[in-house]
Amino acid sequence: MTINQSGWRPTAPDASEEAPATFTGNRALMLEEPLLFEIGDTQTTGVDFAEVPKGASRLGGLERNRDIGLAGLSEPETVRHYTRLSRQNYAIDLGVFPLGSCTMKHNPRLNEKVARMPGFADIHPLQPVDTVQGALALIDQLAGWLIRLTGMHSVAMSPKAGAHGELCGLLAIRSALEARGDAREVILVPESAHGTNPATAAFAGYRVENIPATEAGRVDVAALKARLGPDVAGVMITNPNTCGLFEPDMIEISAAVHEAGGLVYCDGANFNAIVGRVRPGDLGIDAMHINLHKTFSTPHGGGGPGSGPVVFSEALSPFAPLPFVEKRGDSYVLVEEETADAEHSRSFGRMTAFHGQMGMFTRALSYILSHGADGLRQVAEDAVLNANYVLRSLDGVLDAPFGTSGPCMHEALFSDRDFGGDLSTLDLAKALIDEGFHPMTMYFPLVVHGAMLVEPTETESKATLDQFIGALRSVAQRAKAGDQSLKAAPVHAPRRRLDETLAARKPVLVYREPAQAEAAE
Amino acid sequence: MLRVIGAKSIDDLFTDVPAAARLSGTIAGLPDHASELSVERQLGALARQNIAAGEVPFFIGCGAYRHHIPASVDHIIQRGEFLTSYTPYQPEIAQGTLQCLFEFQTQVARLYGCDVANASMYDGSTACWEAIAMAGRVTRRKKAVLSSGLHPHYVSLAKTMAKFTGDTLLHAPPSLTAELDVDTLAVDGETSCVVVQYPDILGRIADLSALAAKCQAAGALLVVVNTEPVALGAIRAPGEMGADIVVGEGQSIGVGLQFGGPYCGLFATREKYVRQMPGRLAGETQDAEGKRGFVLTLSTREQHIRREKATSNICTSSVLCALAWTAHMTLLGEKGLRQLAALNHGKAVAAADRLARVPGVSLVNDAFFNEFTLRLSREARPVVRTLAERRILAGVSLGRLYPGEAELENGLVVAVTETTTEEDVETFASALEEVLA
Repeated sequence: MTINQSGWRPTAPDASEEAPATFTGNRALMLEEPLLFEIGDTQTTGVDFAEVPKGASRLGGLERNRDIGLAGLSEPETVRHYTRLSRQNYAIDLGVFPLGSCTMKHNPRLNEKVARMPGFADIHPLQPVDTVQGALALIDQLAGWLIRLTGMHSVAMSPKAGAHGELCGLLAIRSALEARGDAREVILVPESAHGTNPATAAFAGYRVENIPATEAGRVDVAALKARLGPDVAGVMITNPNTCGLFEPDMIEISAAVHEAGGLVYCDGANFNAIVGRVRPGDLGIDAMHINLHKTFSTPHGGGGPGSGPVVFSEALSPFAPLPFVEKRGDSYVLVEEETADAEHSRSFGRMTAFHGQMGMFTRALSYILSHGADGLRQVAEDAVLNANYVLRSLDGVLDAPFGTSGPCMHEALFSDRDFGGDLSTLDLAKALIDEGFHPMTMYFPLVVHGAMLVEPTETESKATLDQFIGALRSVAQRAKAGDQSLKAAPVHAPRRRLDETLAARKPVLVYREPAQAEAAE
Repeated sequence: MLRVIGAKSIDDLFTDVPAAARLSGTIAGLPDHASELSVERQLGALARQNIAAGEVPFFIGCGAYRHHIPASVDHIIQRGEFLTSYTPYQPEIAQGTLQCLFEFQTQVARLYGCDVANASMYDGSTACWEAIAMAGRVTRRKKAVLSSGLHPHYVSLAKTMAKFTGDTLLHAPPSLTAELDVDTLAVDGETSCVVVQYPDILGRIADLSALAAKCQAAGALLVVVNTEPVALGAIRAPGEMGADIVVGEGQSIGVGLQFGGPYCGLFATREKYVRQMPGRLAGETQDAEGKRGFVLTLSTREQHIRREKATSNICTSSVLCALAWTAHMTLLGEKGLRQLAALNHGKAVAAADRLARVPGVSLVNDAFFNEFTLRLSREARPVVRTLAERRILAGVSLGRLYPGEAELENGLVVAVTETTTEEDVETFASALEEVLA
C-alpha cells in the first residue's frame, strides 16, 4: 500500500491575490467576536427566576450597595458568543495535535456521557457514605486498575493534576525519611525534566540539583551515582524520559538510590507509552503520578481539569494522604481524619478539600473498561509505532539528535540544526499552523537546541500521519532553504503572531471600560 | 509502518526495556476490552447505587452547593474546540480559550472587588493554601492566622503544607455562637496574613473592614475565602472591605457537585502583587497587524520557565470549569446574579424560620446568606444518618467536620438554594420533628 505517502495536499490559495477588506472585519465563517463587556450590559440576563419569597433580610447590614459590573447576555446571544469564540480554537476534534509530553489523544464521548449520569454528577462530597456507595465503588475499582497496571502497592486518588501528584509523592518521601529520623535536603532532577519537577521539589522544601544527560539522551548513571549520598532524599526521573526514550538503566538507578538511602519518584506523564507492557513497580520505583488526562484520555479542556493519582511502593504507602476509599466487609468507607485508625496514623494529611477529581475518575474508568487489559497494551504499542513512523519518515529532513540511539518511545524529538538564515523552531511551528496542524511542543526538553517534540498518540491513522509528515517535510525544507516568508507565519490563522513582550511589559489582565482605562493611564 | 521503521515487530521497539521488566502478555486478573453498551451498563449500575441530590430533599453545603445550571452551559463546554484543546501555548489558534479566560478573569475580579484575577486554580482549598504561600512571599513572614470559621478541610490542607514549608499556623475550632472571631484575632508584626472565610463554615457573615485596617497597620495581608460565589450577588465584596487577596471555590456557578471535583478555584488580588500571584494569566496584546488578541502572560513566574524558583508548581489549572463558570455568569449577568442571590437568601430565611420552630431546634446565626447552623437537642450526626435512611439529605453535621469536638456535636449546617422547594423544607421539618421527639 502506498496511498498518501507524501501526504494529502490542499490546493494552495493564490498568495498574490489580495482579498478585499470586509465592512465587518469578518471573513465568511471566520467571525470576529467582541468582548462580553462590549456587547452585554448589567441589565440583560439569560435566566429567569421565580419570585423571591417575602421576608426581612438577614444579611447583617452587609447588603451589597455598589454595582458589580457584570455584563449579561440573553441565552441566544450567550450561545452565539461562545460558539463563535470556540471556532478560534484548534482542537483534537479538528486534527492532529502532536504536543510532545502532553498526550493529546481522542476523547471518547462515552466518557462524557457516563460522567454526566446524575448518580455521579449530582452527588455531594459530604453526603453520608451510605448514600454514595456506587461512587466509592467506582473510585475503588479505578484504584484497583491503576495498582495492577503499575504493579505498585497502593494509590492515592485525591491529587488534582500531575504537578499536584508530584507534590503528593514528594511529601510522602519526605514523611517517610523524617519518620526514620533521616531528614535529607536534596532532590536530584535530570536536566531534561519537566519544569514542574524542580518547582515541586522546591515547594516540598527541597534543594534541587541537576543530573546531566549522556550523548544518547539518557540519565548519566555514573554522574548520578557519584552524587548520591546521605544528603540526597531521592531522585525525580521521567520514564520514558522527555527525549522520548526509555531509561534502560532504570532498575540499576533505583537500586543505587535505595542503596544510598534515598527514594525514587517517577514522573508518570509518559506512562501512556508503556501501559500494559511495563509495570513501573518492576523498575524499583517508590512513587509515580499518573495523569488521567494523558494516559486515560480525560479531556484537557484548554488547560484542565486534570487528575493525578499517585501509586506508591509498600515503603511509602503508610504515608499516603487522606482521604481514601477502603472496602470493609460488604461496604465502602471513606477514610478521613476521624476514621483514620492506627493503620493510617502516619498519613501526611489532606491535600485537597474533598476526594479528588471524581468527574475525571468516571471518564478514565470508562476509557479503561472500554480498552481492557488487551486494548491498553495496544494503546502503548500503537503510540510507540506511530512515533517511530514519524521519526523515520523524516530521516534526512529534520535532525533527530538521538535518532541513532535506537527506536524512540511515544514521541519523536527533532532539533533546528541546518535551518537556513535566522529561521528558528518557532518559525517552523507557526508555518505548521498555516498548514492546518497544531504545532509540536517547542523548545522542550531544554537539552536539545530548538527542540521539537512530536507525540502523535495512538489516535492517528497512517493516512493522517502521512498527511502530517508531508506538511512537516514541506515546512522543514523551507526552513532549511532559509525561506524568509516563514517569519510571517501564520497568515491564515484567526490572528497573526501575537506580541508576547508587549503583554508582559504592560499587563492588561482584566477589561476596563474605555473611560476607566484612560483614567488608569 | 514497521518496514519504514526498519523493525520486524512491535517488540523490537521496546528493546530498551530491561528484559526483567518486559511483560510478555496482558496483565493477569484484568478483563479485556468491552463494548460501549457494556461499559455504559456497568457504570450505570454504579451510578444507580448513589442518591443524586436532585432525587431527594437536599440541604447539604459546606463548601459545595447545589444550584440550577442552565442547559446551554453544558452545551458550550462540550464544544469540541473547547473540550479537546490544550493549554493555549499557540495563541494564534487558541483565541477562543484565551478570550474566555480574559473574560473570566474580569468577572472574577469584579465579583470579588479586586483589581486582577488569575485564570483559575484546582479548587478553593488549594487556592486558599496558595494565598497563604503568596502572602508569605509578599510579606517575607511565616505566621498565618486562620479564623475559626475557615472550612476545616481547608485548614487541614494548610496544616499539611505548613508541616513541610515551616510556616506557623494559628487556628482554633469555631464555637457554636452567632459571633465570629474576626474582631478578636491577634495580628502582630510577624503575621504574614489573616485568613477569614466569608460567609464562614457555619454560614455566618460579618463586616471585615476593621480587620482589614488592623492587618494593614501590622503589615499583614488580609486573605478572604469565599466558598459560595452566589452570596456575592447579595453581600459586599471582600475587596471592597479591604481584602488583599480573595480566593474561593467557584463550583456553585456552572460546575455542579460532582462528588468534590473537578471544581474551579478562584484567585484575585491587588494589581501591585500580580507578579507574586500563582497560576495562569491571560493578557491582552496585539498581533503583527495591530489586531487585539490575547496570550498567556507573565509566565516568568511559572514553573516551565522558572523551574525551582517559580511562584507555584501548577501546570494544569481548571480551564474547562472556568469556561463553565464564565458562561453561566454571562447568562446571569449582574441582574440575574442579584435575583439568584435574593432568591437564595429569601428561601434560606424562610427555611431557617420554619426549622427553628421544630421543638428541640434553635438557630445559631444572626446573619447568614443561604446557609445557617442549627443547634439540635442532641448529637446531629446520627440524626443526619437517620434522615438519610428516609431519603432526606439534611445538611452536614459538625461532628463529621470536627470529630472529637464535643461542644460542636449538636450543630447541623443547612444550605438552601433556589433548587429547594417549600415542600422539601416541610418534609425535612416534619421528619426532623419526629426524629428529635
